[in-house]
Amino acid sequence: MSAGAVGSPGAPGTPTAARTAAGTSAGAGIAAPAARSTPAATAGGPGATLPVAFEDRMATVDFRVSPQAHITVDGDACRGCTTRACVTACPANLFVPTADGGILFNYEQCFECGTCYLVCDTAGAVTWRYPEGGHGVAYRRS
Amino acid sequence: MTAAGATRTAAEAARAAGTPPGPPTAAPAASAAATGLVPAGDFDAVVVGAGPAGSAAALVLARSGKRVCLLERGPYPGSKNMYGGVVYPRILDGLLLDWWEDAPVQRWVTRRATMTLTDDQALTIDFRTESWGRPPYNGATALRPEFDAWLAAKAVDAGAVLVTSTTATGLLRDRPGGAVTGVSTDRPDGDLRAGIVVACDGVNSFLAKQAGLHGPVDPANYTLGAKEVLAVPARTIEERFGLGPDQGADFEIIGCTGAIPGGGFLYTNRDSLAIGVVLHLPALATAGVRPEELIAGLKAHPAVAPLVAGGELVEYSAHLIPEGGYDMMPALAGAGILVAGDAAAMCLAAGIWLEGVNFAIASGMAAGEAAAAALAAGDVSERGLAGYRRRLQDSFVLQDHRRLRHAPHLLLSERVQQRYPQLACDIVEDLFTVTNPEPKPGMRRLVRRQVTASGVRLRDLAADTWRALRTFG
Repeated sequence: MSAGAVGSPGAPGTPTAARTAAGTSAGAGIAAPAARSTPAATAGGPGATLPVAFEDRMATVDFRVSPQAHITVDGDACRGCTTRACVTACPANLFVPTADGGILFNYEQCFECGTCYLVCDTAGAVTWRYPEGGHGVAYRRS
Repeated sequence: MTAAGATRTAAEAARAAGTPPGPPTAAPAASAAATGLVPAGDFDAVVVGAGPAGSAAALVLARSGKRVCLLERGPYPGSKNMYGGVVYPRILDGLLLDWWEDAPVQRWVTRRATMTLTDDQALTIDFRTESWGRPPYNGATALRPEFDAWLAAKAVDAGAVLVTSTTATGLLRDRPGGAVTGVSTDRPDGDLRAGIVVACDGVNSFLAKQAGLHGPVDPANYTLGAKEVLAVPARTIEERFGLGPDQGADFEIIGCTGAIPGGGFLYTNRDSLAIGVVLHLPALATAGVRPEELIAGLKAHPAVAPLVAGGELVEYSAHLIPEGGYDMMPALAGAGILVAGDAAAMCLAAGIWLEGVNFAIASGMAAGEAAAAALAAGDVSERGLAGYRRRLQDSFVLQDHRRLRHAPHLLLSERVQQRYPQLACDIVEDLFTVTNPEPKPGMRRLVRRQVTASGVRLRDLAADTWRALRTFG
């Protein structure tokens, strides 16, 4: 893996500040998805629920962030990828394309679903395992 | 924090196995068995994953007098688990007497509806019965952190040792390529040796893959479930859905996922709604639309928006579903190892029947029985464990799966997903549109007109009808 090349904000050994259960995203290093609201919701009409910014959506989830990243991304492999399936498929929006053709990723608010490695068609680009015991997502109302 | 036990060895943790920090409403019991009577690290069976499959397996093994370690990587059972929202608990009758008296149920499902949506139409088949609201009940909405913790506590009561916050990192074998003899964990000195390993480690089952029981992994066998839990007052839910105080509704929805094959769901909890979508992975990978956008679209549909209005998002979640069913199942047993629950693709995704927890519990029970029998016979070879598959073949688990093996493919097909919802809605709209002064058309003419307008070829319609009859008939 080449954490530097892909610019992981949470590369092993450089943990970002631990987030609280409220999920403040300070230090996440990914600004783009945070401000994003869901377009269909804004067009929902009188009966619709309020649109939720992506950052607020993720703040509803309890993550017990491990200092060790459980996802690694091979930046060189990503640079040759044209499909970028992880970018839209990841329900937590953890993968963001960079201007130079790489992928910026964040492991800290991961649902541990496995979608990223299953949709990835570039062999070995995404390596994924479970976080260490007691860490990662902790659902309360699912 | 939850890492309190992180520096403990797996053996110490198993010995101590105190009450893990659970969710607010769940309190897995500390166990009489967790007192050090069990030689730490020395178990007859290690069950990996304290979901419904794992807890059922551990419960059965403990009851048969086996020393069982129930390993859970989350801080409490259910913390990693997410589903649509309904448990079909008939299977519990054979496991726990009067289980409904203390099961953490949100609402008893008394109303089931199947909605077919287009952009601005909805055709709903809506059924309700009071009988499902009385013991022994038929289905219940439940929250997994509560339900899974409850079932795990039953296993602990029976003598299983629950060890939370511990990830199984690999299989131990007696020799390279030999029988499985335990698991390694991420605790210091974390090896747990046992006569048999029951892998209930979920849809991604790294253990079953490491054991070589899975074939090549094909994303086409998986869907992604993404859901929102929306806080809505209980009284409001009861008014909107026409329910009594303990009654619940279960809406399955097709035609709400755009170009991505899949479906949607809407379930009532006590004072929240669960609404979400299920999306076929290969299409999600290329469609360029994100899961939460599809949920937003579903919530904004005119037939759905009034039901969820004002609901405040209190938890967003996502999980993979082993949608492929029978044809994606791994080998269920190897020397020293059994696979159950989602790890063995036991989840049934057959359109009108979307069931997983009951299949997980049943497969876990069968694994527990087969493992106990094999341990008693002193033969945990693949042959010695063949009783597991036999038990599943004799139960609804493999009988339903085998009979419905073509259902996932049929239901994710382009016509069922894209053409038929529109066709069905247009036929009904035509039927109920008053065309005065024109006289009413005959039904046959009306259907023929809409089928022609839909572009669906009669040959395909007939073939799909035949396939559906053969699958569901």
